[in-house]
Amino acid sequence: MFFENPIVQDTLQQATHALVDTATIAHTSGEHGGGFNFMHLLDHMKDSRSVESPLGHLSLPQFTPVHLGSATIDLSITKHVFFLLLCGVLLVIAMMYVARSYKKSLVPHGFVNLLELVIVFLRDEVVLPNMGPAGLRYMPYLLTTFFYILIMNLAGLIPYGATPTGNIMVTAGLAVIAFCMIQISAIRAQGLTHYLAHLTGGAPWYLWVIMVPIEILGLFTKPFALCMRLFANMTGGHIVILSLFGLVLMFRSYIVAPFPLMFIVGIYMLELFVAFLQAYVFTMLTSLFMGLGTQASSHAEDSKH
Amino acid sequence: MFEINPGLIVWTIITFLVLLSVMTKFAWKPILKMLEERESKIRIALEEADRARTEAAEMLKQNEKNLARAEEEYKKMIQEGKALAEKLKEDIVSKARQQAQQELKLAMEEIKRNVDAAKLQLRAEVADLAIKATEKILEETLDEKRQKQLIDSVMNKLPKN
Repeated sequence: MFFENPIVQDTLQQATHALVDTATIAHTSGEHGGGFNFMHLLDHMKDSRSVESPLGHLSLPQFTPVHLGSATIDLSITKHVFFLLLCGVLLVIAMMYVARSYKKSLVPHGFVNLLELVIVFLRDEVVLPNMGPAGLRYMPYLLTTFFYILIMNLAGLIPYGATPTGNIMVTAGLAVIAFCMIQISAIRAQGLTHYLAHLTGGAPWYLWVIMVPIEILGLFTKPFALCMRLFANMTGGHIVILSLFGLVLMFRSYIVAPFPLMFIVGIYMLELFVAFLQAYVFTMLTSLFMGLGTQASSHAEDSKH
Repeated sequence: MFEINPGLIVWTIITFLVLLSVMTKFAWKPILKMLEERESKIRIALEEADRARTEAAEMLKQNEKNLARAEEEYKKMIQEGKALAEKLKEDIVSKARQQAQQELKLAMEEIKRNVDAAKLQLRAEVADLAIKATEKILEETLDEKRQKQLIDSVMNKLPKN
């Protein structure tokens, strides 16, 4: 039924065309005398309607787009949605394992120890300094953010994997949630009136026309920066790696090939580090922004006294 | 990469929210609770260890004091015992000496008495012997032949006139 849909058929055709893997590119480019389209390599990073696997391309279930007013929302499972879900499942399994091992004994070991180190680090070095003891109630959100982003960042570094966080839509979704959490925590801590009063920036009433839009804009810039930072970092590393692969395919020489490959290994290590770093940065900044909102309340109360 | 696909945002938000609720319930709450529990446990254990250490140190001090006192007492006791033993020894020795002297005196006296008695007896016996000897001599003289002889000799000695 889905496949009879003309839109789906069209996209499927596009997807299969786009997903020519690098081997085929090399082959065809060889036939055409060295010139190959680098943009084909970048298709690796694009979202697609199928998942690469050792068994070839596996097509994913597609749904007809939903029309909401003028907007068309396509809820089909794409490659990035697939990895989004896969990472979620992996995360749940890993964390349930940790939680269960704690039920057996309070003494951690191995994998549990490692995860505990991260959890305690986030609690003692990120949440408590930025948000104080009141921030501990947001620990589950921040922990989920950190580990989910981390596992998504790492998903692109394994063969056949894709990085959902390398898609701006995914980071936008995460930023929307971060935005909501920042506002919710601020309203919770200050109360709605204080929160709204804060939007005026403490300026005299005749400046509100200017201040309020600026403050509201300010609310959006923070999550927007989160979204762009994560997306750009995840995409950048992949583009560099693909560019270096492009060099290999362009020169088609055994003498030249080792050098880009060496760089690829280096960049891969860097990406591994960046995957952790960006998950940490996203979490740290979210908790910082939440802390700014919640601590503004104590500030307001201080000024009242 | 840059394609605008609102469906992905929706998927992300849905996945994240589901993940958040599931993880909060089944993973984060238990994990954080356990961490808290263990931390408090460790804190309590450390405090207890600290207290036990101070207690032990106090006990050690007390023990040392007790030991010193015991040693002192023991030294005193030994000294006392030694003194007592010395006194007792002297006592015993002097008493023994006294007794020995007394016994010696008694023995001397006894010996003297015995000697005296023996002397007396000897004297009596000597007298007796003398008497007996005299008697014997007398008896001998009194038999006929001897008498005759004796008389003869006496007669002979007598002047012939």
